[in-house]
Amino acid sequence: MSDKPGYRRPQAGTQPDYLHPAYQSTNLRSPSQPLVFLPHSLSEITGPTIGAERINEKDNDLTAQHDGEPQGERIIVHGRVLDENGLPVPGILVEIWQANAAGRYNHARDLHDAPLDPNFTGTGRTVTDAEGWYQFQTIKPGAYPWGNHHNAWRPAHIHFSLFGPSVLTRLVTQMYFPGDPLLEYDPIYNCVPDTSAKQRLIATFDLEKTIPSYALGYRWDIVLRGRDATPMEK
Amino acid sequence: MSLYATTSHTVGPYYHIGLTWLNREALANAATLGERVAISGQVVDGNGDVVNDAMLEVWQANAAGKYDHPEDDQDKALDPNFEGFGRVPVDAEGRFRFTTVKPGSVPGLAGTTQAPHLVVLVFARGLVKHLLTRIYFDGEALNADDPLLARVPKERRSTLIAKPDADGVHQWNVVLQGTDKETVFFDY
Ligand SMILES: [Fe+2]
Repeated sequence: MSDKPGYRRPQAGTQPDYLHPAYQSTNLRSPSQPLVFLPHSLSEITGPTIGAERINEKDNDLTAQHDGEPQGERIIVHGRVLDENGLPVPGILVEIWQANAAGRYNHARDLHDAPLDPNFTGTGRTVTDAEGWYQFQTIKPGAYPWGNHHNAWRPAHIHFSLFGPSVLTRLVTQMYFPGDPLLEYDPIYNCVPDTSAKQRLIATFDLEKTIPSYALGYRWDIVLRGRDATPMEK
Repeated sequence: MSLYATTSHTVGPYYHIGLTWLNREALANAATLGERVAISGQVVDGNGDVVNDAMLEVWQANAAGKYDHPEDDQDKALDPNFEGFGRVPVDAEGRFRFTTVKPGSVPGLAGTTQAPHLVVLVFARGLVKHLLTRIYFDGEALNADDPLLARVPKERRSTLIAKPDADGVHQWNVVLQGTDKETVFFDY
């Protein structure tokens, strides 16, 4: 069997190093030994294919998972999943989780003194359509404090998890909101040096997606790793 | 058109809200073909303290050495009772345990043969991007010629090899950081 193409390696400055001292939890959790170069074999250019059969119709509407409406500002978050070659990535699982409007997670370990919302869990999932589009309806999450340093606050964000077509396209990241003054102080947002890579984590306000008298629209496109043109081994 | 992949960020401490619905302690069911193996271990940090908010994702071939994925065009049988994927949580002591079938060997690059292995992704608060490692099996003859193990310094290879304990449970730990016992992680 002839070798199949692997995936493109990251552009310098666009993916974080494991050790990022400003984010304190990396200090004891980042590898200290050299990583071993991994040529992309069949074991990595394959991966789990979890598709629409496991998704329920309401899973992408975080405002409709309880008897009542959650507190907060209703929003639509949508966008397109593309690969680095600009091709849409259809039929892949997108999972999200987030804090409620007050900045509190529905999680036993979140001890922030802000109210829980009985009408908001903060869990969503969907599958991209044939052109790579996804969409969620939710509420805008609040900022929340954390113990990383004195007076540390996370900017409002939504956690995203995507599989893509292979092990190598697996991506977990966070989406931010435009104009958030906390971004410049956040060591997680600032974990890479490349300014445009950081800015690509910020959604843009989308008036066309905004539903009159109902919900604000935001657009956020996501790029997964793309295949190399030719098989390559270092 | 050429774009750059979106920057990875940590799952943070609250990922359970979004991700535990795919947790699995058994990757195989009663009808899955192959030799059953149980794998268990613990995730620890650079101080040797347990990491109680990590999560593993496991990907593997079936007992015949075939991946349930369109890129695998080997002339081998798929097993309708095996998908090869599981999300595996850790408990309050950072321990995990899952059962599966031992995968068959799969081809490597340039005509090589890879020894039976599982691909493991490690996610946790403090991991700005997930780690990628592998589990191989102790005593497996094909390990000697595995093209990826050959890239790993000899003295570190044992961190990738699960060894059965007295009860036959394969023990394999994830040491995120440490000068001599750190698990080998790959630059993927
Ligand atoms: Fe968060």
